[in-house]
Amino acid sequence: MSNDTQWKLWEVFVQLKTGKPHEHVGNVHAPDAELAIQNARDVYARRDKPVSIWVTPSELITATTPQDNEAFFDSIDDKVYRHPQFYKIPKGVNVDVH
Amino acid sequence: MSIDATKKALFNFAIKHADDRLILGHRLAEWCSTAPILEEDIAMSNIALDLLGQSVLFLKYAAELENSNRTEDDLAYLRTEKEFRNALLCEQNTDDFAYAIARQFFFDVYDYYLMEALAKSTDEQIRGIAEKSVKEAKYHLRHSSEWMLRLGDGTEESHKRIAEAVEFLWMYTGELFETDGDDDLLKSEGIIPDLSGLKAKWYESVSQLLAKATLDVPSIYLFMQSGGRKGYHTENMGHILSDMQYLRRLYPDAKW
Repeated sequence: MSNDTQWKLWEVFVQLKTGKPHEHVGNVHAPDAELAIQNARDVYARRDKPVSIWVTPSELITATTPQDNEAFFDSIDDKVYRHPQFYKIPKGVNVDVH
Repeated sequence: MSIDATKKALFNFAIKHADDRLILGHRLAEWCSTAPILEEDIAMSNIALDLLGQSVLFLKYAAELENSNRTEDDLAYLRTEKEFRNALLCEQNTDDFAYAIARQFFFDVYDYYLMEALAKSTDEQIRGIAEKSVKEAKYHLRHSSEWMLRLGDGTEESHKRIAEAVEFLWMYTGELFETDGDDDLLKSEGIIPDLSGLKAKWYESVSQLLAKATLDVPSIYLFMQSGGRKGYHTENMGHILSDMQYLRRLYPDAKW
């Protein structure tokens, strides 16, 4: 990153409807928070009309690393009983599928 | 006054405000692909497109008022330099980003107060255009104001450049507040509100922001350039029009 002459990086989260989650849409370069918000608006809110935008400096995000994957995620795959499909529905139970 | 005189005044009114936005939009669009950073490139192009959109609305209305088979495209692409009524500020050349920001900031403050006032017009079309534009102008102003602050109160180099831009462009700001016989007629008929208060509001907002950006505030009484509203333009205008109109003039019947 030392030879990156651009401004620092900000992650952008856009909320399209009140009550819905802010979803990560990408990132922008900006020298500070106010311009990050403006750049996010110009880059990511040109077509859909959001109700809210969040930005945060990318460096403040703590992420898992690929090396963590085995320990963190692989063991999730073999716990089929965590899915509702694992359980058989007894005869006679009337299931409404919505 | 006859209906025809009122229509003529409304036509001229629509044309001058269309031309400000068409020419400034074109000037701003010249930054597409050359802005200092990708995000700013998109921001400038967005604002250029907003201005172009506003210009189309004014030109459509002008064409409707004229009612002589000229379309908004004819008005944009087939008028000559002397028929353009944009303020000289809008056509000023800006090879330097600081000049583009200062030009935009001076216009945005004016645009915001103008559209706020015109949103009270009794003419349905003018009111409609103003109500839409005032929201856009508010954003444009936020964008250019934030840049004024950062350039003015930024590095020694950025301060020097924005100070030069303010000093150079200042003489083109007075023209924005000139009113003419058409404005007077429309005001006397109650179609547009009194616009004479715009200049004081503009100067107050501009002075406050310049001071905050650690820039000198020029006097409002300095000599001001004038002529664009009467069709007398600077040498920039011919270059803009040749760029803007050449394709349409070369292929008059092209459709796309």
